[in-house]
Amino acid sequence: MIWEVFRQERKGQPFVHGGSFHAPDQAFADAYAREFYARRQESVALWVVPREAITAIEEFPDEFDLKYRRVDGYSIKARLKEARERAGTAAD
Amino acid sequence: MNAQVRPRTELLLELADDELILGWRNSEWTGIAPFLEEDVAFSSIAQNEIGHARALYDLAAEELGTDADALAFDRKPEEYRCAPLVQLQLVPDWARTIARHVLYEAADAIRIERLKEHEDAEIAGIAAKIEREEVYHRLHAEMWLERLRGEDRYTAAVDELWPYALGVLAPELRPALAEQVGREQVDAVERSAPGPEFAELWEEMTMVRRSAPVGAQW
Repeated sequence: MIWEVFRQERKGQPFVHGGSFHAPDQAFADAYAREFYARRQESVALWVVPREAITAIEEFPDEFDLKYRRVDGYSIKARLKEARERAGTAAD
Repeated sequence: MNAQVRPRTELLLELADDELILGWRNSEWTGIAPFLEEDVAFSSIAQNEIGHARALYDLAAEELGTDADALAFDRKPEEYRCAPLVQLQLVPDWARTIARHVLYEAADAIRIERLKEHEDAEIAGIAAKIEREEVYHRLHAEMWLERLRGEDRYTAAVDELWPYALGVLAPELRPALAEQVGREQVDAVERSAPGPEFAELWEEMTMVRRSAPVGAQW
């Protein structure tokens, strides 16, 4: 059985994937997670998750090339300038 | 070394020697444990035990006017006070190794619990610190116990090692261990002058220290 470990380096920080290992059950997984990811005080908390419990979503079709949904590619500089002129306010 | 060591030092050295030698024996699995994850975890626990030994040697060293390394490595084999249980060379038998681990942790828990109440604040303090790490060693031992309990090889190993486990504790603490483990108290294998198996361990353990010039820094 494969387990995934997420570790938090400091309180309040997001948990980041640390790695994975084999363990037969939760008790072994907890013990190994502790020894592998926290024995040098490098983590303040761990999430130990059976890989099976993780749903991986990997396909995101975009068949019709809906570029307008993306936030990149727009230049707002010119439009911002126009808007400022209309409002009579100068750029900073 | 002075033969007239005070009982406090005697107690510290007994404990420290147990932890050092068990740590050493368990570290013999490094690289060849049954699977990779266990290899790392068991080696880490072995290092913890040696860390406990160091803290205990430090305390004893203050009284004896020496240092932890000298106590760990400069004594003659016959001066070590470790229990016969920790001296046994059990590689490559994992069932016996786990049986020793389970029995030692059970005995050690009883001993440490008692030491936390010790009148000497330094000893009580160090016992409390050791206990905070031993909790996880016990969890590790218990998870293996749950897996191996009832297996013939494991049962035979506990049968064999039970008299040794009793010998880790002072006689007045042995009934508590018998109750904890659920076994009848039998004649214990007592602490005595270490045998040839220990002499071999000592040769290897002290080899680097003996080969280095006196006063070498690490």
